[in-house]
Amino acid sequence: MAFYVVQFLTGLASAASLFLVASGLSIIFGVTRIVNFAHGAFYMIGAYIAFTLTERLSGAFGFWGSIVLAALAVALIGVIVEMVLLRRIYHAPELFQLLATFGLTLMVEDLVVLIWGPDDLVGRRAPGFKGAIDFFGQNIPSYDLFLIVLGPVVLGILWLLFQRTRWGVLVRAATQDRDMVAALGVNQKWLFTSVFAVGVFLAALGGALQIPRDAVHHAMDLRIIVEVFVVVVIGGLGSIVGAFVAAVLVSELNAFGILIFPKISIILVFLVMAVVLIVRPWGLFGKPEAAARKTPGLTVNPWRPLTSNERLAALAALVVAATLPLFAGNYALTVGSEIAVFVIFAVSLHFLMSVGGLASFGHAAYFGLGAYGIAFLAKMAGLPMIVCLLLGPLLGCMGAAVFGFFAVQLSGVYFAMLTLAFAQIVWSIAFQWVSVTGGDNGILGLWPSSWAASPSHFYWLALGVAALVTIALRAMVFSPFGYALRATRDSLLRSEAIGIDAKRIQWTAFVIAGTTAGIGGALFAYLKGSVFPDNLGISLSVDALVMVLLGGVETVSGAVIGAIVYKALNIWLVSQTDLSKLVLGGFIVLIVVVFPKGIVGMLEMLVQRRRKSSPPGSPLLAKPIESAE
Amino acid sequence: MRARNYFVGAAFALLAGGMAHSALAQDIKIGEINSYSLLPAFTEPYRKGWQLAVEEINAAGGINGKKLVVISKDDGGKPADAQTAANELVSSEGVAMLAGTFLSNIGLAVSDFANQKKVFFLAAEPLTDAITWSKGNKYTFRLRPSNYMQAAMLVEAASKLPAKRWATIAPNYEYGQSAVAVFKKLMSAKRPDIQWVDEQWPPQGKIDAGPVVQAVAAANPEAILNVTFGADLVKLVREGNTRGLFKGREVVSFLTGEPEYLDPLKDETPEGWIVTGYPWYSIKTPEHDAFLKAYQAKYNDYPRLGSIVGYQTIKSAAAILAKAGSTDPEKLIAAAEGLSMPSPFGEITFRKIDHQSTLGAFVGKTALKDGKGVMVDSSYKKGADYLPSDAEVAKLRPKD
Repeated sequence: MAFYVVQFLTGLASAASLFLVASGLSIIFGVTRIVNFAHGAFYMIGAYIAFTLTERLSGAFGFWGSIVLAALAVALIGVIVEMVLLRRIYHAPELFQLLATFGLTLMVEDLVVLIWGPDDLVGRRAPGFKGAIDFFGQNIPSYDLFLIVLGPVVLGILWLLFQRTRWGVLVRAATQDRDMVAALGVNQKWLFTSVFAVGVFLAALGGALQIPRDAVHHAMDLRIIVEVFVVVVIGGLGSIVGAFVAAVLVSELNAFGILIFPKISIILVFLVMAVVLIVRPWGLFGKPEAAARKTPGLTVNPWRPLTSNERLAALAALVVAATLPLFAGNYALTVGSEIAVFVIFAVSLHFLMSVGGLASFGHAAYFGLGAYGIAFLAKMAGLPMIVCLLLGPLLGCMGAAVFGFFAVQLSGVYFAMLTLAFAQIVWSIAFQWVSVTGGDNGILGLWPSSWAASPSHFYWLALGVAALVTIALRAMVFSPFGYALRATRDSLLRSEAIGIDAKRIQWTAFVIAGTTAGIGGALFAYLKGSVFPDNLGISLSVDALVMVLLGGVETVSGAVIGAIVYKALNIWLVSQTDLSKLVLGGFIVLIVVVFPKGIVGMLEMLVQRRRKSSPPGSPLLAKPIESAE
Repeated sequence: MRARNYFVGAAFALLAGGMAHSALAQDIKIGEINSYSLLPAFTEPYRKGWQLAVEEINAAGGINGKKLVVISKDDGGKPADAQTAANELVSSEGVAMLAGTFLSNIGLAVSDFANQKKVFFLAAEPLTDAITWSKGNKYTFRLRPSNYMQAAMLVEAASKLPAKRWATIAPNYEYGQSAVAVFKKLMSAKRPDIQWVDEQWPPQGKIDAGPVVQAVAAANPEAILNVTFGADLVKLVREGNTRGLFKGREVVSFLTGEPEYLDPLKDETPEGWIVTGYPWYSIKTPEHDAFLKAYQAKYNDYPRLGSIVGYQTIKSAAAILAKAGSTDPEKLIAAAEGLSMPSPFGEITFRKIDHQSTLGAFVGKTALKDGKGVMVDSSYKKGADYLPSDAEVAKLRPKD
């Protein structure tokens, strides 16, 4: 019995650490709607700074002072980031801020290694909390007890802050309806900055408090960021109590789960999230998101098919790309094939995100399923390459059909997180089912048949498929189906009022996007000659998001450019510099500031402006474009 | 869409620019790949190690009079990116051979690439048994003692312990799984009286150490096998120390004696664990002294195991290239099979039968000295003594 009590308390201690970080994320999201990918980075910087300070300052006061000081210092960094970077892009399309915070995260990962060195750092134990307390023969670390108390204390302080201060009232109001708060004359700028500072402070405090029990190292951020996101979503976005309950739920399920299934940890949080979101679409304590007040058609330029001149230009670009094998070497061709594959992947996500308004955080699942489809067909059934290429993506299609059915019942960030949960479940199956998938050692030896084996042939194949896919998806955008899908994106209510079966349309779009991603994955498997669980992983899903956002989420085919720029740059930087993450992250941040509508979105806007100044422009496009906010 | 043309052009112009390299045509180039950005704690000393080797080789006149150049790439910890890097090295840099890699899945991905493109590959670090056995191929050689060899070395010591009830803690991925599987198999063969009472599989890099320690303690084992390393090990040790998990229990642990993993533990180093590792401070052989002196003179830092691996990888590559007198992969294979050479740990041989080197490892016990973790009572175990019989190996490895 004593054992179960201690295990429960241990779970509570884990929950407290998780809650500190998650509460900050929840507050930031609730008010600013920023999906703060850099939250983990702030957590990590908090730990690093606290490590440095605790090594310098001695004594109990020195230790605890260092923890608070570190959190304050990082909060200050957060304020600077918010004022210099994020303020510029609050009006950018949804999720664009994710790109900025992703860029920051990349930079921080290289920076901490530059500043603090590559070794794992082990900090001091907390003065007064070094030992353990005997509980009927079981040991409970006193630091765990400290954390168990700290969690509810922080919850209480936050509750008081939100319920009893004017600032808290404003934060709650903004969480519910920030446009209304702005309309009532509240200075949003400072409200957002202060909220961001509080959120970052909590993240850094969470990091700093890990010093006595963890090692400080450069991968801490990724270890925690996904998990806290899941906790926030399970609890319900913007709900502090929800975050607390979710943290306890997840930690306790893990603490007791490993007694029965020792391998459960790897997937547990995602399983819980999938179940919670299917049963309660807005998390445990969340409320349905208020309908966005944007007026469709005003924020986005009306889409139109390419003019004949533009078609010719696109064709010319394709022809130029097709002549690459005449002058480029094998390496350039292989890189070209890889870029073409990622163009397919990016346009498939772009179709779902831009046309359908459904941002998936787990799109790599369908890419990876396509790749595993090839692996199963080629290695187990021994089918020839052409048959595999035709049938392999069907696995992506099936996955999308099943998961999409559940996912399209939700919207916004909840949709995104459910897709993430499904992707992680698929990933963990690929990772764990060693006898079938080979686990993380993957499936090797999937090289293309001789007709496609040479780099130039494979390049033409990949380029041809990429072009076909892009054209097909574009054609779909301007088909009746595409119009219906765009209607569900712009206004769910109005589209249903005119008789569009929104869920069915969205589901269809999900399956189309998943199948297309599967085609990309299938080609990728042959390009690399192997399949690994990585092909389904979070980092690949994030890559796809970055490509779409970089190209411009409000454009028809911006993802093509986004994929080319991001992938080419990534491959080149990794090859040329040891600090590729720092440079790439810096580049992304720069793009975010200079091109707040994405590269293609910005180019389109420039073209628009030029048309406006010249009289013969079309009257529709010449209309002044205003933000609805 | 018009911009597409420009960007494709720009992208390839950048790539083409990157291809121009300072190396001269008559230089011998080795393409090296490792997870520099993902695992800097291991790869930074590793890089220093191979840089020292390159310097020594060129100072001694290069390879048959030609200068040795190592072109190094980062794989970011992703198999797909490792293949991109391998392709760049082979197709546009024209390297004579590939070398390096840390993670097992990346080692396998590059080894499969090498097999497909018929390129010589010297795997430095990946420990998986598959790379030389079940998924072995004729183009791939491996330097470090494999999972099996390290398990066999630990079993030799562990089987002498009186403990009968054993629990295991290992990261939940291929390395952890196969380390536990081999250890259990060899251990149970030597000691049929042993019971395996619990196993814990925390996700790699994400151990929630409190509940894991508690769960192991609840099974009340007499001895524990640990396979976690890096930050996971730190958390496990800290929780285990506070909760008294290791008190009165024997612990056998993979890799923990390597400075990369032992040094961060500082004064929290648990004492008396039986570990594999690298006690650079207590190795007294002329070969190692020479290496240690050169390393400390160049970097003003002590070597980690990664330094040895990096150093010996390039030294081995150079020895193979020198003997082959050619960069033809078939000749390189012929030269490498059965080739013996000196190393800081004494003479090693690349076996013909499975392309595994006989580099060994040190087995000893952890101890605390002046607030730092050290390995004591350590002895060098020759790799050759801990491999299965040739008949067994032949069964494990597919025919070329």
